[in-house]
Amino acid sequence: MSEHSHKHGECRELLKDLSDYVDGDLDETLCLEIEQHMAECDNCRVVVDTLRRTVDLYHTLPPEPMPGEVEARLLRRLELSEYLIVQ
Amino acid sequence: MPGLTIDLNIYADEEALIEALKRGEKYACACMIKHHGSQMYAVALRIVGDADEAEEVVQEAFISACSKMDSFEGRSKLSTWLYRITTNAALMRLRKRREDTVSLDEPQVMDEGDLLPRQLGDWSVEPGQQALSSELRQVMEQAVQELPPSLRAAFVLRNVQGLSTQEAAEALDITETALKVRLHRARLQLRERLADYLVEQREEVTA
Repeated sequence: MSEHSHKHGECRELLKDLSDYVDGDLDETLCLEIEQHMAECDNCRVVVDTLRRTVDLYHTLPPEPMPGEVEARLLRRLELSEYLIVQ
Repeated sequence: MPGLTIDLNIYADEEALIEALKRGEKYACACMIKHHGSQMYAVALRIVGDADEAEEVVQEAFISACSKMDSFEGRSKLSTWLYRITTNAALMRLRKRREDTVSLDEPQVMDEGDLLPRQLGDWSVEPGQQALSSELRQVMEQAVQELPPSLRAAFVLRNVQGLSTQEAAEALDITETALKVRLHRARLQLRERLADYLVEQREEVTA
């Protein structure tokens, strides 16, 4: 984090708690501290917003279903082919 | 396209399914695959990053699960136990790959300095962000592959598969605190990678 109008160390200190803050796992006092800091520190606000956006983006990734052929080979390997049908 | 002829309703609940698995019922094993196969495939694929290896990992995991049901003590959900077996198999596969090839590109363990945010452009609100473009998706998937394996597994379980912190920690056999540390490091690294791409994209649009 650069070009700060306040102490660089405060950003470093708060950095370790930002994931918990984004997840809503932080206690009220620390939340308030981060929010007060962000009101004065644009860089930290950007880091929080983009960290949250990163988590949201990955959450929207579509599921990767097991392809039918892979499932069929898995069943054969486990000697469960009797439950397999060709649709 | 092949498929499974399974009636998932035959077992009243997970407890009944587990009892059947412990009795060695083949139908129960097929049922477990129908229920959890895709989740385990997804996690294996994102940890090993290769479809063929992911298939082998899933086979190893289900063979192990079906033959070792006696070791399932029911302290966690069946899915968490399966995630644990699958994640272990996937991480073992990566370890073996590392032993087989000495790669100069191997991700290094980050020190504290690496965690400091470098990209400070604000891409949290981007026009047209509603749809996940295929290019962005590719960047996201590649970024996950660039994470050190232990961070990758934590992130995939918690933030892609959507396990709770407790479940992801159980699946990795680590404390919730350790899980959160890994998750935070993974997220910061991913944020940087997405920022590199999205800030550049924004500059191209506004140029």
